[in-house]
Amino acid sequence: MDLRRPNRPVIGPKVRQVGFVTPDSSSVSAAASSSIPAVVATTSPGSPPSSLSPVMIPPPRHPSTEINNPHYHHVGSYNPSEQILGSPPVLSPSRSSRFEADGSDFGEDDEESVALSGVGGGMTPKGSLLMPQPVAKTVPLVSETNKRDSNVSKGKGAGPSVATKEKLTRAERRAAQEAQRAAKAAAKEAAASGGVPSASKQPKPSTKPIPQQKKDGITGSGPTQAIALAGSIEKKQGKKEVVAPHPRMQFDDMMKVGKLKKRAVVNQSEARNRVELFRHLPQYEHGTQLPDLELKYFQLEPIHPSVYQVGLQFLSDKISGGNARCIAMLLAFKEVIQDYTTPPEKTLTRDLMTKINSCVSFLTECRPLSVSMGNAIRFLKNRISSLPHNLADKEAKSSLQSDIDRFINEKIIIAGKAIVEHSVSKICDGDVLLTYGSPSVVESILTYAHEIKKNFRVVVVDSRPKHEGQILLRRLVERGIQCTYTHINAVSYVMHEVTRVFLGASSVLSNGTVYSRVGTACVAMVAHAFRVPVLVCCEAYKFHDRVQLDSICSNELGDPDAISKVYGRKDLDYLDSWAQNENLQLLNLKYDATPSDYVSVLVTEQGMLPPTSVPVIIREYGIERLWA
Amino acid sequence: MWWRSASFIRDRQNQNQNPNPNPKPFSLLHSALDDPPSPHTSASMATINPNPNPISAYYQTRAEHHAVVTPDWLAQSQTAAEAASGDASVSSEGTAGGSKGEVRGVGVIEEFNYWRKKPDLAEAVAAIMALGAAIRSSEANTMIELDIELKKASNTLKSWDTTSISLSAACDLFIRYVTRTSALEYEDFDAAKRRLIERAEKFGEISLKARNTIAMLSQDFISDGCTILVHGYSRVVLEVLKMAASNRKLFRVLCTEGRPDRTGLRFSKELAALGVPVKLLIDSAVAYAMDEVDMVFVGADGVVESGGIINMMGTYQVALVAHSMNKPIYVAAESYKFARLYPLDQKDLEPALRPIDFGVPLPSGVEVETSARDYTPPQYLTLLFTDLGVLTPSVVSDELIQLYV
Repeated sequence: MDLRRPNRPVIGPKVRQVGFVTPDSSSVSAAASSSIPAVVATTSPGSPPSSLSPVMIPPPRHPSTEINNPHYHHVGSYNPSEQILGSPPVLSPSRSSRFEADGSDFGEDDEESVALSGVGGGMTPKGSLLMPQPVAKTVPLVSETNKRDSNVSKGKGAGPSVATKEKLTRAERRAAQEAQRAAKAAAKEAAASGGVPSASKQPKPSTKPIPQQKKDGITGSGPTQAIALAGSIEKKQGKKEVVAPHPRMQFDDMMKVGKLKKRAVVNQSEARNRVELFRHLPQYEHGTQLPDLELKYFQLEPIHPSVYQVGLQFLSDKISGGNARCIAMLLAFKEVIQDYTTPPEKTLTRDLMTKINSCVSFLTECRPLSVSMGNAIRFLKNRISSLPHNLADKEAKSSLQSDIDRFINEKIIIAGKAIVEHSVSKICDGDVLLTYGSPSVVESILTYAHEIKKNFRVVVVDSRPKHEGQILLRRLVERGIQCTYTHINAVSYVMHEVTRVFLGASSVLSNGTVYSRVGTACVAMVAHAFRVPVLVCCEAYKFHDRVQLDSICSNELGDPDAISKVYGRKDLDYLDSWAQNENLQLLNLKYDATPSDYVSVLVTEQGMLPPTSVPVIIREYGIERLWA
Repeated sequence: MWWRSASFIRDRQNQNQNPNPNPKPFSLLHSALDDPPSPHTSASMATINPNPNPISAYYQTRAEHHAVVTPDWLAQSQTAAEAASGDASVSSEGTAGGSKGEVRGVGVIEEFNYWRKKPDLAEAVAAIMALGAAIRSSEANTMIELDIELKKASNTLKSWDTTSISLSAACDLFIRYVTRTSALEYEDFDAAKRRLIERAEKFGEISLKARNTIAMLSQDFISDGCTILVHGYSRVVLEVLKMAASNRKLFRVLCTEGRPDRTGLRFSKELAALGVPVKLLIDSAVAYAMDEVDMVFVGADGVVESGGIINMMGTYQVALVAHSMNKPIYVAAESYKFARLYPLDQKDLEPALRPIDFGVPLPSGVEVETSARDYTPPQYLTLLFTDLGVLTPSVVSDELIQLYV
């Protein structure tokens, strides 16, 4: 574990100056807004800024203007957390085009932000980290996009003097406006609009007090949220470049959908009757994509066959489950890299990046990316862009391939083993364990617990339409584990005999919300009501620094036919012609969000943690280290 | 959960069908008193707790320090303590292996016992001091040797009392804190060793001052005219109240009786000596008295990773009552009690057992719950006063992650 954090600074003595130190004014103001004033007042002053006591949560240092900025609260169904987070800052030349190609899933914004950094940008913090490329070169491009963006995005950034603000972030713009208003001096206004250095990431002198204030304490808005977000923000703050992320692709926007369709490789016809609340998610007529793709095989020049294969497998649900999909994708990319040769007059880092990007957008069209895949892609792109320029093709390729192998091995396989070790300690003889669906980690936990002769019983809870639990059930019964199989309808009945609930997760978000197979939230809620501990097993590479409060704004829609039809029951054909009926809307959601209240413990390779510690892990490891 | 569950009934049936006495966890519930010839009914139990004595060593120390009221309990615990220390030295010889290691192990224990005898010193601080002394007197010539020696010493201390959470937590924290320094990469061994000693002293110093720090931090929370409910005898809580009294704050304290070792009696005596108005409650009157209480103060045997605490039996119950009446529950605990444990429920703890004197002979065929402590989940706690500051429960895990990961 220590290997991953080689340069950890020595932790200073855990002493904090306490007692009756007069707090400075800023911390008092912070305390006033906090719910526990005395705590802040007594703990925040005194500690020298250099040796921040380890217990002190680094204060959220992003500009409060950003949080308070009314422009940031969009109406509609964007994910608001993204905006608050200022997470993956995107300011890319390739954005507008990339964006349309993307599906509406988690992976999108990550890989998007990296994508841009690879293609052109040196503007974002990440970009500058990844690619030591000349910034100046990309400036015109950036400004162009930015301008276009400000026009497109519902006129929200359309303040005065757009032209001068090409290189300003929205937060900076806002700060500048406020400073101007406060001063009410025309001269100052002129200075502010004129005096912004082109690529400068420093806030202007007039805006300084604002960042200062948040350095000292908790920002005005909800302290808990601010604490939770501190980790992700901290890093970005360093570069003073907080850009509003682009809203996710909204599939109820006809214009954008039209554009997307023009670019799409896979010809997808959309289902007509969709539930109002979920119009922003893509839903296609099932079964139309596959034959179409098969026909197109020989026309699709740029897609590598292995990626094509994996894409088809995603499409037909042959490969499902976060880890399996991620591994399949990485292995396909490995082959892409294997067969890759740099075209003349191009550099490997850039050309390979575009190649990977096109593969990713192909995969996204087949099925929206999961968080785990998004993180893996981010990792790969990170590796690609950090390759030394003078490296020969062969070495670069082998280094990337070994990186991929390492990722699969360390982040997925070994992490899984560590999770098994940790979780087995919580299984004792006589336990009745309940699991939902077919999480791969839980399967290995149960298998291992059985191998070491623990005496327990398993309740497998399953649900329509996929019946994934049966796969798990079959494997467990084959190994001689005593099982009970039931559907989620009966979960409240079986729960009273259960002593532990083991669940898997597609992702764990920064506020501790578990994003997982639909139905998980229901099981967790019932378990919570019955006071049964809920253990969520999840590798740390699935952690995501965004916050999500519900399962509406980001989700995936499955085939509506799957829930309207009961296969093998010809007599249950009440909904046969549903697609023609205007009044009928079918909703087959794939994921849901479990609030952290229902989760007793999160088992990761880092050990057992309360769900409140996700941001700490993200902060401690750093996004890059966690996935790299 | 077990008792009303269908699976339990099923398991019972299974058991009846095949009389194979496979140890089930609920056999832990059967007390030691139930079955006098072998104190532990289950074999798994014996593997968990190598100390065959039914009294937790942790409570032996407490008995020594707190001069528990019941004289026979004291006598009992003293004999047990002797037996246990005999055990410990045997086990230390066993673990230490070579002759040099053996000397080292015994040395640590001696040092530990020396510090432990000081009435105001917590067991964990004694362990920290003993480990510091172990580094100082070490004859190791390389960093790795020193590291191994230190680990050995810490293991010896931990095996002295496996049930004490604060002891093992303090040993772990000491090792993490002291060795987690770039000094280990120094070329010069002596310089590195000096650095280690420095850090060990620092850590010892912080631990010694911890109580005072906590007392200072918590003063803002005690206001004039408030009524405080205290459960159990905690030296930190006593220090907090002492300082509040010396700051001329006017407050009232309700003490629970704290059966079976009647810790509340002793606590109320100490408070009365300070001139603080104090009222004694029987343990079952907590809910009755909660109306007039403004805040609850408890100490902790250990603070676990979830942010919950492990403390004297009854804390959970007090916390539940206080929580349901929306009264704040404050925990005063030194940071060396932060342990890398994550209990999911009450049974998920290593049991610390203690005899209970009911004053009358027990009816035959009745079992007694002898567990000495319970686990209070974090959602029932308002704040933790530690020497690191005033923390919400969730910060405990952050703190531990910082140190361990």
